[in-house]
Amino acid sequence: MDRRETLKSLLIGTMAGSVVIQGCRPAEQQPEDQKVQSDGYGRLPKELQRDKELMDQTFFSVHELATIAVICDIILPADDGSGSASEAQVPSFIEFIAKDLPDHQLPLRGGLMWLDNEAIDRFEKTFLNLTPTEQIKIVDDIAYPDLANPEMLPGVRFFNRMRDLTLTGFYTTRMGINALGYKGNIANVWDGVPEEVLQKHGLAYEEEWLAKCIDQNTRAELPKWDAEGNLIA
Amino acid sequence: MQIKEQAKEYDVCIVGSGAGGGMATKILADAGLKVALMEAGPYFDPKEPAHQTQLKWPWESPRRGASSTRVFGDFDAAYGGWDIDGEPYTKVNGTEFDWFRSRMLGGRTNHWGRISLRFGPLDFKRRNLDGLGDNWPIGYEDVKPYYDRLDQLVGIFGSRENIPNEPDGFFLPPPKPRLHELYYIKGARKLGIPVIPSRLSILTRPINTERGVCFYCSQCSRACRVYADFSAGTCLVFPAMKNGSVDLHVNAMVREVMTDQEGRATGVSYISKDDRKEYKIRAKVVVLAASACESARLLLNSKSIQHPNGLGNSSDVVGKYLHDSTGASRAGFVPELMNRQIYNEDGVGGMHVYTPWWLNDQKLDFPRGYHIEVWGGMGMPSYGFGFGATNMNRLVKDAGLTVGGYGSKLKDDVRRFYGSVVGMSGRGECIARLDNYCEIDPDVVDEYGIPVLRFNYTWSDHEVNQAKHMQDTFDEIIHSMGGTPLGDKPGSDSDYGLAAPGRIIHEVGTVRMGDNPKTSVTNSYMQLHEVDNVYVMDGGSFVSQADKNPTWTIMALAWRASEHLIDELKKMNI
Repeated sequence: MDRRETLKSLLIGTMAGSVVIQGCRPAEQQPEDQKVQSDGYGRLPKELQRDKELMDQTFFSVHELATIAVICDIILPADDGSGSASEAQVPSFIEFIAKDLPDHQLPLRGGLMWLDNEAIDRFEKTFLNLTPTEQIKIVDDIAYPDLANPEMLPGVRFFNRMRDLTLTGFYTTRMGINALGYKGNIANVWDGVPEEVLQKHGLAYEEEWLAKCIDQNTRAELPKWDAEGNLIA
Repeated sequence: MQIKEQAKEYDVCIVGSGAGGGMATKILADAGLKVALMEAGPYFDPKEPAHQTQLKWPWESPRRGASSTRVFGDFDAAYGGWDIDGEPYTKVNGTEFDWFRSRMLGGRTNHWGRISLRFGPLDFKRRNLDGLGDNWPIGYEDVKPYYDRLDQLVGIFGSRENIPNEPDGFFLPPPKPRLHELYYIKGARKLGIPVIPSRLSILTRPINTERGVCFYCSQCSRACRVYADFSAGTCLVFPAMKNGSVDLHVNAMVREVMTDQEGRATGVSYISKDDRKEYKIRAKVVVLAASACESARLLLNSKSIQHPNGLGNSSDVVGKYLHDSTGASRAGFVPELMNRQIYNEDGVGGMHVYTPWWLNDQKLDFPRGYHIEVWGGMGMPSYGFGFGATNMNRLVKDAGLTVGGYGSKLKDDVRRFYGSVVGMSGRGECIARLDNYCEIDPDVVDEYGIPVLRFNYTWSDHEVNQAKHMQDTFDEIIHSMGGTPLGDKPGSDSDYGLAAPGRIIHEVGTVRMGDNPKTSVTNSYMQLHEVDNVYVMDGGSFVSQADKNPTWTIMALAWRASEHLIDELKKMNI
């Protein structure tokens, strides 16, 4: 497996805590709704071209990307509610977004190196080669901004960024949206806040306000106004 | 270079297919005139699957909707932005102005907020009240009949409120408020700040058989595939093209209005973006509707022996009095909206309620006013969702919640705060000034060889004080809702969060109308004082912009001007 293939497989599927590459899973095995549909979301030709150029580039090394995958899955492991960040292909999103928004590049690359330096100082191995317990020891020192030792600030900054990108990368997939419970992006008829929700919040629609609003039983009917603009039918 | 000239002579050549140009096309074509419609960008139809971004999921964009390719995010319908490759503009004296352009059929009407507010009687005559700026040469009563017809032609929802300076129209019924909007209503009313249903050009009921009804995906900014929201392409240009009297020229970058030896317009010349060659269109009348600044640029670039200072510009007023809305925003966290029950509350594209300006009768330390737009809710995640998610834990007192961390607790953090933030944005009126302007930069051309605009624009204390009032109001409303404002309150060091000029994308005033040819460019029918067969039917002709989004007034005035044009042609005056 050459480096490019290695990266590709890493991008497709990486597991928490694993140092070993998972093997050459072809791109076709990605879930249908997770495929990057660069030609399917209303692009202009030059936008399509930019997407393609970014996808053809590689930013992170194999080692960096494997480390990213481990961190992503520490941030969002599989649990009862959903699969892990890497199962949602968050590492491949981070690879893309680092190329798309270059302001991420230095903090991510430098942060990864800081993490390895810290791991070597403490345990004489890179972060990737630590045991999960050793990894968590370092993570605990950088994951809580209000409690962290000031010397850990570079690590805190890096972990904050990784947390942000992991959450964004996860919640913008089908898996993440299911975990969140978002119910929209579908044709429907809005007819106000559900009654039980209003009650829970101690709120109610006022009669006067409601009288102005659309009666959704009329949503297919052509309107009629009088000469002053009063809606009469 | 060979210049290609069509043998055909049109009755009217319209430059720009947005709100003004779309309306002119509809009215003039329906009157049987032969129309050439020039658009600098490509064809766009949200019904066309290849053009659609509506109902796409975040993962369909590899950047999950981030704004690195399109400035309002990958799924926004607008082709263009504040910066367009090959089409620069410049600024002088350290001033700021950001110029947003959408190069596409329908222009900026494809992605705007659909907030469709009539100017009220006061808005046309503000000088009478505060002695600043100038009155319009027309009043509300002149425009009202066109607003009335516009409401029924295009469709708008709203409610009849009998507020003197917020005239009612022919409204479809509005949607019911969302949960966070009910909190806003409660909080604002406690302070005596009124809230009414919003007024958006979105169809809650059908108005004809060609356009569908809103199906509540909240994505008007992505352009609607069933044409349930207003855009100039879907609601004006397409219907106008049905009788065959409109020739649509896309990718046509107009560079100059051509004139004859008497100084009257004979048509336009344009560069085709497809082959980079120059073409000419001949027409009896030219209507500029390329946007306030682009129309000014065209006039200034159309120099001739008869018009040495630019077409219709002996007054030297073209480009002057440029003004954009003021804008400032703030958001707050509302604890009672934590841990919400989740249901689909997408609703229409934008707010269901808003606050119109409520202090016309009060003496304040700034002139004019602003309205408040409300946002929030359980929206679809896109790039940025979850950023700083755990920081909100700081705002929940005595709950023992940690900032930062990792693992499954993060999912609880995200869920806890989903839909708990309510934001508000003020959009206000600034005073049009002679010394805020755009002009031709003699040093710079765009990639089509056309001299570009150079901007000079500053805010005054009027606008800064208004932004301060906005921030004080937002702060009070958030507290009144039981919430905590997020971040530090913007102070004098940031002009109270006042957005840079051009950022609200309501720029108008560069070709202002008036009765005096020495101090205005067009008459009240948007016809150049000096060249009777040239009209400017966009926001350029505004004398002042109220705190209202300009689109509805641009269209009403373009309709009025188009009828004038038809009359003048019939009378053989032009």
